[in-house]
Amino acid sequence: MNAVATNLSLTPEQRAVLSRVLVLILLGAGIAFASSTFLNTGNLLNLLRQASLIFLLASGLTLVVLCGGLDLSIGANVALSACLAATAMKATGSPLVGCAAGAACGLAVGTVNGLLVTRVRIPPFIATYGTLWIIHGVTYWYMAGESVHGFPPAFRALGSGYWLGVPVPVYLMGIVLVLGTFFLQYTAWGQEIYATGANTEAAALSGVPVLQRRLLVYVLSGGMAGLASLVFLARLNSAEGDMGEALTLQAIGAVLIGGTSLFGGSGSLTGTLVGALILTAVLNGMNLLGISANWQPLITGLIVIASVGADALSRRRRSD
Amino acid sequence: MTEATARKPRIPIPGVAWLLIALVAGFSIGAPGFASGANVSNITQQATVLLLLALPMTLIIMAEGLDLSMGASLSLCTVVLAATSLATGSLALGIAAAIVTGTLIGVLNGALIAWLDLPPFVVTLGTLGVAQGLALLVAEGRGTTGVGGGLSSLWTGTVLGLPIPLLFAVGAWAVFHVLLHHTRFGVAVIGLGGNREALRLAAMPVRGSLIAVYALGGFFVGVAALLLAGRLDGGHPTAAIGTEFDAIAAVAVGGTLFEGGKGSLGGTVLGVLTVGVMRNGMNLMSMPSSLQVAAVGGVVIAALLIDAVRGTPRAEPA
Repeated sequence: MNAVATNLSLTPEQRAVLSRVLVLILLGAGIAFASSTFLNTGNLLNLLRQASLIFLLASGLTLVVLCGGLDLSIGANVALSACLAATAMKATGSPLVGCAAGAACGLAVGTVNGLLVTRVRIPPFIATYGTLWIIHGVTYWYMAGESVHGFPPAFRALGSGYWLGVPVPVYLMGIVLVLGTFFLQYTAWGQEIYATGANTEAAALSGVPVLQRRLLVYVLSGGMAGLASLVFLARLNSAEGDMGEALTLQAIGAVLIGGTSLFGGSGSLTGTLVGALILTAVLNGMNLLGISANWQPLITGLIVIASVGADALSRRRRSD
Repeated sequence: MTEATARKPRIPIPGVAWLLIALVAGFSIGAPGFASGANVSNITQQATVLLLLALPMTLIIMAEGLDLSMGASLSLCTVVLAATSLATGSLALGIAAAIVTGTLIGVLNGALIAWLDLPPFVVTLGTLGVAQGLALLVAEGRGTTGVGGGLSSLWTGTVLGLPIPLLFAVGAWAVFHVLLHHTRFGVAVIGLGGNREALRLAAMPVRGSLIAVYALGGFFVGVAALLLAGRLDGGHPTAAIGTEFDAIAAVAVGGTLFEGGKGSLGGTVLGVLTVGVMRNGMNLMSMPSSLQVAAVGGVVIAALLIDAVRGTPRAEPA
C-alpha cells in the first residue's frame, strides 16, 4: 500500500480519501449482498439525492472545521431558513423571493455566529450551541405548530426534479464540490483557512487576517445551510418547525467520516463527499433491510464517535 | 498556581443574584399567581431535577469539558427504570438499573475524552445520539406510565415534612460542596481546567480524574431520573430532550467560566433558580415554550457578553 502510494505520489490527504472510497465500495458491496434492491438505478439515484442534501450542509461545516471551529447551529438554521422561505413564497407567490429569504436567513445566522466567535470571543461550540436553541425557539414560535405546504413546481424541481435523468440537487452538489475545492486549493483565502486551522499563531504571525477568515467560514457555513434549506424544502414540499433536527449530527458525521480533522487544518471537500455517501449508504441500507428508524440516532452517534476516535488515534500515531 | 489559590477560587457572583431579584420582582407584578406559596414550592420542586444535572455540569465545565448527552441520557434512564421495574416487579431493581445506566454513559464519555484526547463536545454529541437511540429502542418509541410500586411518591412524597426532591437537591449540593472544596478530587477538578501540567507534576491522576468527573455526571443523571420518573410515574424516550441546555445555561449564568478552572457551586444554585424562575414565570404568562427556549438561550449569550465586556479573561476560541 505504501509503495503503491509512493509510486503514484499521492499526498496523505489523497490517500485518506482513497481509503474512504474503498470503505464505501466494500460497504456498498456488503449492502448489495444483503439487499437485492440496493443497486437498482432508482435506489442509487435516491441515495445520491439524500447524500446531496447532507453534503450541501456538510460542505460549509467542513470549512469551519478546517479553520479549527465548529458549527452546531446548522440543523436549526436549516429549519428557520426553510420556514422563512416557505412563508415568503406563499405570501408573494414568487419562488425567487422565497429563495432570497431562505438564503438571507442562512447568511444572517452564520454572520451572528461568526461575530460571536471572532468579536465576543465565545468558544465556537458554546456560541453555536446557544444560537442553536435561540433559532430553534424562534422557529417553533414563528410556525406556532402549523405547517406551510404546496409550492410552485418550478421551485420543487430544486429538490425533486430531474435533468438528463439525474436529480437536480446532485448537480448542485457537483457545483459546490468543484467551486469549493477550487476556493480551498487555489485561492489565497482558501489556503489561509487551512493555515488558520493548522496553527493559528503561526498564521497570524505570517500576516493571515485570522479573525476575518474565521468570520468568513461561519458566514459561508450559514449560507450553505440556507441553500440546503431550499433543497430540503423543495423535496419535502412542506415546512414545519421541527424539520432538520437530525441533520446536524449527520452533517458532522459526514465531515468526520470524510477525514477532516476536528483539530483543524487538514481535510477536504472530496473527503466530505465520500463521508456523506458512506453515511447515506448506511442509513439507506438500514432502511432497505427493514431496520426501524429508531436505530438511526444510535448508529449515527456511534459513527461520529468512531470517526473522531480514528482521527485522534491517527494524529497520535503521526506525532509519536 | 499555589495550592491556596487553587483551593479557594474567589469568584464574585456576576450579577446573577441581581438578575434573579429583577426576574422575581418582574414576574410578581406581571405574571398572575407567581408570588403565591404554592407556586414557590412548585418552582423549587421543578428546579431540583435541573440542579442534579447542573451541579456535575459545573465540575465538568470547570474541568474544561462539556456534556451534551445529559438530556438524552436522562430520558434513557427513565425508560430503563420503567422497563426494569415492570419486567421484574421490583422498583429497587429499576432504580439500580437507572443509576447504573447513567453512570455507564458517564464513564463512556470520560473514557473516550480522557484516553483518546477527544474534544468533549463532539464525544458527548455522539453519545447523545447513542443514548437517544437506545431510549427509543428500549421504549419502542413510546412512553410507559403506571409503574406504581411507590415510584410517584419519589416526586410527591415527604420525609419529616420536607419534600423528597428537595432532600435530594440538598444532599447533592452537600456532596458537591465537600467534593470540590474538601477533597483531593476537588483540587484535581480545578487543576484539570486551570493547569493540567501542574497536576501531572504533582503526581495527580489526570486521566482518572477526568473520567471520574464525567462518571459523577452520569451517576447524578441516574439520580435525577428517579425524580423525573416519579413525576411521570414511568419513563419516556424524549421526556428530557434539551435539558442539558438548561443545565449549561444555569452554569453559565451562575458565572462558571468556559475557560476552565474557575467556577462556583453557589453561582450554579442561583443559576438554576434563575432558569427555573424564568421558565415558571413565562409559563404563567402563557408564553409559548418555544420562546422560553429562545429566552434562555438569549440569557446565556447575554451572560457571556457581560463577561466579555467586563474583560474577564477567556481562552482564545479553539
